[in-house]
Amino acid sequence: MIDWALVARTLPEYWVGLRVSLLLLFVSCATAFLVSIPLAMARVSRHAWLSWPVWAFTYVVRGTPLLVQLFMVYFGLAQFEVVRESAAWPMLRSAWFCAWLTFAINSTAYTTEIFAGALKNTPNGELEAARSLGLSATQVYRRILWPGALRRALPQYGNEVVMMMHATAIASTVTLVELTRVARDVYYNYLAPVEAFGVVATFYFALTYAMVGAFKLVEKRYLRHLAPRETGPAAGRPT
Amino acid sequence: MLHGYLPAILTGLQTTLAVAAVSLAIACGFGLAGALAKLSENVVARGVADTYTTLIRGLPDLVLMLLVFYGGQIALNALIDRMGWDYIEVSPFAAGTATLGFIFGAYLTETFRGAILAVPRGQIEAAYAFGLRRIDVVRRIMVPQMVLHALPGFTNNWLVMVKATALVSIIGLDDMVHRASLASAATNLPFTFYAAIAAIYLAITTVSLLALKLLERRFSLGVRRSEL
Repeated sequence: MIDWALVARTLPEYWVGLRVSLLLLFVSCATAFLVSIPLAMARVSRHAWLSWPVWAFTYVVRGTPLLVQLFMVYFGLAQFEVVRESAAWPMLRSAWFCAWLTFAINSTAYTTEIFAGALKNTPNGELEAARSLGLSATQVYRRILWPGALRRALPQYGNEVVMMMHATAIASTVTLVELTRVARDVYYNYLAPVEAFGVVATFYFALTYAMVGAFKLVEKRYLRHLAPRETGPAAGRPT
Repeated sequence: MLHGYLPAILTGLQTTLAVAAVSLAIACGFGLAGALAKLSENVVARGVADTYTTLIRGLPDLVLMLLVFYGGQIALNALIDRMGWDYIEVSPFAAGTATLGFIFGAYLTETFRGAILAVPRGQIEAAYAFGLRRIDVVRRIMVPQMVLHALPGFTNNWLVMVKATALVSIIGLDDMVHRASLASAATNLPFTFYAAIAAIYLAITTVSLLALKLLERRFSLGVRRSEL
């Protein structure tokens, strides 16, 4: 029923698509990670003029579909003459740049909320202890808040990266030849839906669980102190 | 307003909301069945439910939608050939809602499973002790109490799903995104139209969050909160 010869013939194209998907995922998530650090600090700030704009940004981005955001950037920016005549226009015209920009903005909104939530969940005692030791605000963030918050954020952050990996499929709508676009092209050329979308589904499935497994390993390394003990509380008691 | 395209966009909004509502109903069915299967003592039911949620959560929505829309048509054609029926065409609406319902059913399975586990065990035991049938236990004891626990996860899935309906434009449904792309092609104002529908999606999100607040208050009437 499945045309394996066709699968074998088109497989090299999927590898190329896989590289594009992974590269897009990596640059988007790396950008989002770096931008989210200061934004999360602003989000938890006591000053409304710092926290409010960040809240508004994440609310708007998280409340609208990624597809529409991508169309706003890729198709929409050309509407403005200022953009068309600017020096950055050759870059803004490329699907690659637009996909990176949109995905980075989108992921920043979610990552900021995850990091801000983790920062807020810092036990108050840690903060009090740090302040009573005379640590400066920068030191408190660098040595106390972030090391704990990033650890606490790890499970949710892993989830967000996997979600982003799935979201890269949306880049297939703006001429970027990543995994899903390869599958759609194979479908249009051979009209073989199972060979096209079944193969690409296998790729995504393997990718998802490879990433889930990798994050589990990282969690095991950095959340070791939270792992269940091998021996119960009564184990040391003499019998 | 919007160069006369506002009515067209609002018609698209109707399609978007219809897709979302029908998908949600399907997803609730899959979700409840999945949760009950995961918690059942039947090994086969548990295995099927586990495979279902594992598979769905490993794939992008768009890929699943394309697989169901194009693959489903071929499978249907093969079936029709064998049975000698008349040609049936899978409508984008049916494919879109079925896929979205199937996908979000997997996420709701987890939400509902957690909510069911949050209902005190004694309640279920007492219901059985009173001689209630299985279906009545689910309907009259379990569901009313799990609603409160399921609400946050449920709303979250609904919000993600409303945004995911934007993808049905890719398989040819005449939803809000499709209307916006037609309007921007005609007027050369893509940013205006995509920003307009983004604002509508944001409005749906905001209304949903407000509704959640009200529902939570309604369903926690009998719950005593500890005052700190």
